[in-house]
Amino acid sequence: MKFKLPTLFNRTSRVEDNIDSFFDRVVLAGLLFRQAMKLYMEHGVCVEFEEKLARVEALESENDQLRREIETEIYVHTLIPDLRADVMSLLEDVDVLLNLYEAALFKFHIEQPQFPLPTLPDLARLLDTVCDCVEVLIASARAFFRDIRAVRDNNCRVQLLETEADKLSTALLRRIFASELDVSRKIHLRYFVERIDMLANTAEDISDRLSIYAIKRRI
Amino acid sequence: MDLSFLFFVSSGLFLGWSLGANDAANIFGTAVGSRMLRFSTAALLCSVFVVLGAVVDGAGAARTLGSLGAVNEIAGAFATALAAALAVFLLVRAGMTASTTQAIVGAIVGWNCFTGAYTDADTLLTILATWVFCPVLAALLAMTLSKAVEWSLRRLRPHLLTQDALTRLALILTGAFGAYTLGANNISNVMGVFTTVSPLQDIAVAGWRFSATQQLFLLGALAIAVGVYTYSSRVMQTVGNRLLQVSPVSAWVAVISHSLVLFLFSSRSLERQLIDWELPPIPLVPVSSTQAIVGAMVGIGLLKGGHAVNWRLIGRIGCGWVATPLVAATICVFCLFVLQELLHLSVARQQQFVVSPPVMQRLRAEGLDADTLGILDGRRYDSAQALIASAERREPLEKAERQALLHFSYRSDYQLDADAVDDSWFSTGQRQALSALAGERFEYRWQIRDALASLSEDWRPREDREVPANRLFNRELQQKFDYLYRILER
Repeated sequence: MKFKLPTLFNRTSRVEDNIDSFFDRVVLAGLLFRQAMKLYMEHGVCVEFEEKLARVEALESENDQLRREIETEIYVHTLIPDLRADVMSLLEDVDVLLNLYEAALFKFHIEQPQFPLPTLPDLARLLDTVCDCVEVLIASARAFFRDIRAVRDNNCRVQLLETEADKLSTALLRRIFASELDVSRKIHLRYFVERIDMLANTAEDISDRLSIYAIKRRI
Repeated sequence: MDLSFLFFVSSGLFLGWSLGANDAANIFGTAVGSRMLRFSTAALLCSVFVVLGAVVDGAGAARTLGSLGAVNEIAGAFATALAAALAVFLLVRAGMTASTTQAIVGAIVGWNCFTGAYTDADTLLTILATWVFCPVLAALLAMTLSKAVEWSLRRLRPHLLTQDALTRLALILTGAFGAYTLGANNISNVMGVFTTVSPLQDIAVAGWRFSATQQLFLLGALAIAVGVYTYSSRVMQTVGNRLLQVSPVSAWVAVISHSLVLFLFSSRSLERQLIDWELPPIPLVPVSSTQAIVGAMVGIGLLKGGHAVNWRLIGRIGCGWVATPLVAATICVFCLFVLQELLHLSVARQQQFVVSPPVMQRLRAEGLDADTLGILDGRRYDSAQALIASAERREPLEKAERQALLHFSYRSDYQLDADAVDDSWFSTGQRQALSALAGERFEYRWQIRDALASLSEDWRPREDREVPANRLFNRELQQKFDYLYRILER
């Protein structure tokens, strides 16, 4: 016979599972974003790119639903009364990252910007750094729930990667604006570089708030 | 039902109400303040467990009456309980957390002053010392526990939600246990003195006996529950929010530190265990749960740097602690004056101290100075204060000498009534000796002691006091004698 935990713990483990799934989906969306961008750089908008975009879109929609479920459980059953506002803000902030992945892919799909060949290695490095930055942020957000001391370490890495992303995006923009391209195209490409860099900037903003939540979490 | 009983018991119920309004906050204040429990849940849990503690365990403690047991007339007990309750109520109304223990002690001192009963200065000093010692100990314990819990959480790394669920469960369990002990330990202070005048009868239903004492204690416990529901919310906000904002884990640390301090200083079982292990026992002194919880909260606040602690409120609470016994004593004296002088009710049993030749002989054997005894020889005193003043005219007596003088010269009328004695507490030898003396009358308490000791070894104190077990036996024997003196006095 299976041992049944009391309701209080059943509910708790259900919410814990939901929070873990929420973060899993953001990480998965990041991996799909990487793959989709690689495909875009190699083949432009193709069927596989569209498949990845559709999956990110589905993940975004599922995560919105999941976030609402977590929110309801936490508020209805007065779970973590002292930290629930922080937890909900954190989940909403992290959800923004998934929205940014989705929005960036959409923009690439619709506007199909043409990056000159010499800028592609720089663009690939920027994409890697930005995706790493978001992944470390997710690790930090997970640590907030289990290992409060790891939050600080991860946040340091987020800040480092964001600085790195800033440098890479600046170098890429310099390269684009130093080229012989039309001004209109340069401005078009700048918009996309900034859009990609926004992911790292958002991750850093979240990590700053997370540091405060972590201080509040200490007993 | 006798109307005078209802009148007198009303002050006990008021004291119960004050206890519920104030002391429930010590147990559940931090849980409600940290929003881990709703007030309605905390009030329900507290009420249920207070009633259970009072009815199941409180009645067992009735033979060793609470502090108010010292007051030997029902009208006096009425005034004392009323004074303590009013003192607590005034502080609770001011939004502060009062100390019920200190209020009761203050009221008894007021009764002592009014009736001329003797107040032991050393005991008062011990109680005063606990005002400092108890909060300091609770603060140190809370700081240590906070660090230990922080270290454990760092190592175990539970999920935030698991930690939350466990903390909630711990707060509920600790609170329920605290409420149970609140009911069991304090019900004798609330209703204990009224057991002798209670017109209630035992009820037997399907082989289950609901004694008159249990019924009376249920009434007192219900008064505590009403206090919890109607007035404790405000004190809970003071303890749980206004003093210091705490996290749920800190809330639990505060409650468990407070409970541990109370346990350390009131647990006879712990003392017995320490004696069994041949370790020095912890002295059993009355400590206030309010002082323990406030001390614990300050300890947690200090660990965080002390900025978050509401020091102004702490200052006001501290002043309240000093004021409580003084206010209680003053109210008590006023009430006693009204009862005795205006309503012509007896507020204290007439006491008589007669230093007769056999008493002189006993006192000489106890080592009292012959010159001192010479002054007292054959004289009769109407109050303990008058006897001590007379004896100390030449030179002050030692504490033990004063106690011996009061004990041996106190004269009353004692009759051994086997039916009046709850003999489940006694050994076979002790019961046989009591039966053999059934119907006998005595003038002095020490005569009962001597008569019982001559019949059974179980009534004799053990000689070798170096052995901890013997010390424990002797103390329990003293409690049994105190119980007999109270029950058998006519």
